[in-house]
Amino acid sequence: MLHFTRWKQIAIVLSVVLGIVLVIPSFFAKETVAGWPWFLPRAQINLGLDLRGGAHLLLSMETAEVRKDWLDTLREDARKRLRDAKIVVAGIGIVNNALQVRVANPEDADAALKELKGLAQPTGNIIRGFSGTDLEVRKSEGGVIIITPTEAGLQHRITDAISAAIETVRRRVDFTGTTEAQIVRQGSDRILVQVPGLLETAPLKELIGKTARLTFHEVHPSISAEEAKKTRPPSGYRIYPGADREEGDQLLRETPVVRGDELKSAQAAFDSQTHEPIIAFTFNGSGARKFGEFTKTHVGRPFAIVLDDKVISAPVIRDAIRGGSGQISGNFTVESANQLAIQLRSGALPAKLTVIEERVVGASLGQDSIEAGKVSAAIGGIAVASFMIFAYGLLGVFAVVGAAIHIIFVLAIMAVIGSTMTLPGIAGIVLTIGMAVDANVLINERIREELRGGRTPISAIETGFTRAYGTIIDSQLTTFIAGLVMFWLGSGPIRGFAVTLTLGIMTTVYTAFTIARLLVVWWLEAQRTRKVEPPLSYKPSVLKAGSVRP
Amino acid sequence: MRFLFKGVDFFPHDTRWKIIERRYIFIGLSWALAVLSAVLLMTRGLNYGVDFKGGSLIEVQAKSGGIDIGELRVRLDKLGIGDVQVQAVGTGNEALIRVAQQVPTKDLNEEKVQAAANEKVKGALGENIDVRRIEVVGPTVSAELKRTGVVAVVASMFGILLYVWFRFEWQFAVAAILALSHDVFITVGMFSLLWYEFDLSVVAAILTLAGYSINDTVVVFDRIRENLRRYKRMPLIELLNLSINETLSRTVLTSVTTALAVLALYIFGTAVIHGFSFAMLFGIVIGTYSSIFVAAPFLLLFGVKRDWSGPAAKSPSKSDAAGKGRRENVTSK
Repeated sequence: MLHFTRWKQIAIVLSVVLGIVLVIPSFFAKETVAGWPWFLPRAQINLGLDLRGGAHLLLSMETAEVRKDWLDTLREDARKRLRDAKIVVAGIGIVNNALQVRVANPEDADAALKELKGLAQPTGNIIRGFSGTDLEVRKSEGGVIIITPTEAGLQHRITDAISAAIETVRRRVDFTGTTEAQIVRQGSDRILVQVPGLLETAPLKELIGKTARLTFHEVHPSISAEEAKKTRPPSGYRIYPGADREEGDQLLRETPVVRGDELKSAQAAFDSQTHEPIIAFTFNGSGARKFGEFTKTHVGRPFAIVLDDKVISAPVIRDAIRGGSGQISGNFTVESANQLAIQLRSGALPAKLTVIEERVVGASLGQDSIEAGKVSAAIGGIAVASFMIFAYGLLGVFAVVGAAIHIIFVLAIMAVIGSTMTLPGIAGIVLTIGMAVDANVLINERIREELRGGRTPISAIETGFTRAYGTIIDSQLTTFIAGLVMFWLGSGPIRGFAVTLTLGIMTTVYTAFTIARLLVVWWLEAQRTRKVEPPLSYKPSVLKAGSVRP
Repeated sequence: MRFLFKGVDFFPHDTRWKIIERRYIFIGLSWALAVLSAVLLMTRGLNYGVDFKGGSLIEVQAKSGGIDIGELRVRLDKLGIGDVQVQAVGTGNEALIRVAQQVPTKDLNEEKVQAAANEKVKGALGENIDVRRIEVVGPTVSAELKRTGVVAVVASMFGILLYVWFRFEWQFAVAAILALSHDVFITVGMFSLLWYEFDLSVVAAILTLAGYSINDTVVVFDRIRENLRRYKRMPLIELLNLSINETLSRTVLTSVTTALAVLALYIFGTAVIHGFSFAMLFGIVIGTYSSIFVAAPFLLLFGVKRDWSGPAAKSPSKSDAAGKGRRENVTSK
């Protein structure tokens, strides 16, 4: 244990130099580092939001809405398919999260089943090796066919919806002029939005909390919403509530004429006559064509502009609108018009997002946390160092050097792998300062014990390192297990703690067995010419006769 | 300056304290603490933080002067948003405000109704008070975090159990896990007794403590195994006692170094990590206690394998040499 080959010594020294070089950029401002020549490392430790200040929002998607949308689309597709196949449908509806289709002629049931099976799409999960279809289509009694979305199919839809939602949220956040926002998926149906420097989250929540699904619907030509409420609305029509008191409920055709995703642009503007805030929009080519045809055939009748299933206005068509541009008016303020314009431009969310967790830290508190972290690290470090030097003298100094290098290693690795430093992360580092010297305590106590046992100093040091090795691995690995569990299950700040803890344990074992030992070896070599004195004081073993020792 | 070179060997060595013989004192003490924890947890429960209870936490600071907590409390109570707790922290110019999870209404869902309550609080703070931190946790997340916390603690204990089993024998693993559960349980009981806030960072501390408190136990177990190979005929009681005494300096001193670092966190850290550092500090103390007084008596209870020849065949020769060295040393004096 007390021998290092030349190349090993060089490798250890180089590892320390590399650690120091890699940790340097983290102590400079980002702008300074960006200007460094190419051969210098530039990776820095990121500061977490709890240290630099900012907002952390966890959004959850209403997956029930994704399922409902899917079933709505399926209903239209099923209707169309059966119509094309000339099968008469008696009824079609959504019951218990499944689509039920009843054919008029029970003899047609088999043909309909065959048609509807064509709706199912293969879905697979490469990782789990699962393959199947996204729909389960089966025949029930009395010419009824039931189409149920499978779990895999739904999961696939949710995954797609989340990806689309992330894009939409990103566009909306970008429109606010915020840079550096991080928007990532979390779990299967969640999105994590982190915006550094943001303290007032209400506007942001307003902006991303709305689905902003804009649709243009045909109003039922003869039946009013009030009449429809008394009876049942006719097939294909639904009552949409008004967005506010002025705008009454409307009976509208469920399939919209044009959807918001066919908008080319949307801007907040003012009406030239009333001077009220409005939203001016333009459709893209196909949207303009559809809208033009619809308005041509419906002159003199009202149509409804619907936002998130609420009617915001229902103007009467005076003329065919061919250019594809128009405006939406309805009780807007300048602010809400602006907001809606942003939402329309960035596209609709596939389903509603709710904020289920919000953590906002002001920059001043973050700064205080950094200061407090520095102070506790410094004082903890000094206390531990003093104790080690007091108890173990020269070997204590070696341990302290090892612990200092351990901190450098942890920071260097964090910079290289681009992990984030959080407040619990600082706590983790302070904690590992104490734990780093544990290994040295075990070694040094063992050396003392061997000295008391009558070994020569060199032999005692040798045995001390060898014997303590197994104990150190055992004791550190248990903490490492806990750290891994934390990393695996934890979120945000806890993960930051787990990172520094697990990294710290690895570097602790490394420094105790290379740095501290190498320093001992160098010291012994320097002492070779002189008679070596044991570097540890010890009380010689005085055993009384009849003690337990054999 | 000699001690600077050699250090001071201040810890008593060659102690022969009859720890195992007096095990009933410690077992009694541990049982008393465990029962007290159980009673507290059943009757009083834990003071869950927003992470586990849901609702919001708002940290505020006065721009100048202090905060009149009583007056602020009165002001916030008038808002009609249910239970609002105001607690002074720091040097008197900071406070933590906790707003309970609001009940959703017909128009406002859980998110909106909580946000509205937070806005009311912010509005009522006045000009002189700044908001420094807001944490809002919805009921889905708080339930999930609670579940994750329990799963994490159980999973890491299970991992540690497997590891100790793999490295030692099942008796050691079971004794270690019992000592560990003792530490975790009493620490949680302490949070109930002192009514300190129990949040996610405390769970992190408990996980770390689980990993750390086993360190000392493993050091003792390592020595027990070493001595089992060396002294094949020594009665188990004596052997356990010898092992504990031999490792006493190690067990205590490793804890001291870590406790020093954590103490710095406890004293100089911000309110955010106060619970964390307290749990760690208390955990280190109880973990050291259990490593010395609780873990080994369990081994006595389960009994251990005495024949260690076989897989570890190479170490006995070394131990014999060391043993001989010692005997010669003793006789020469």
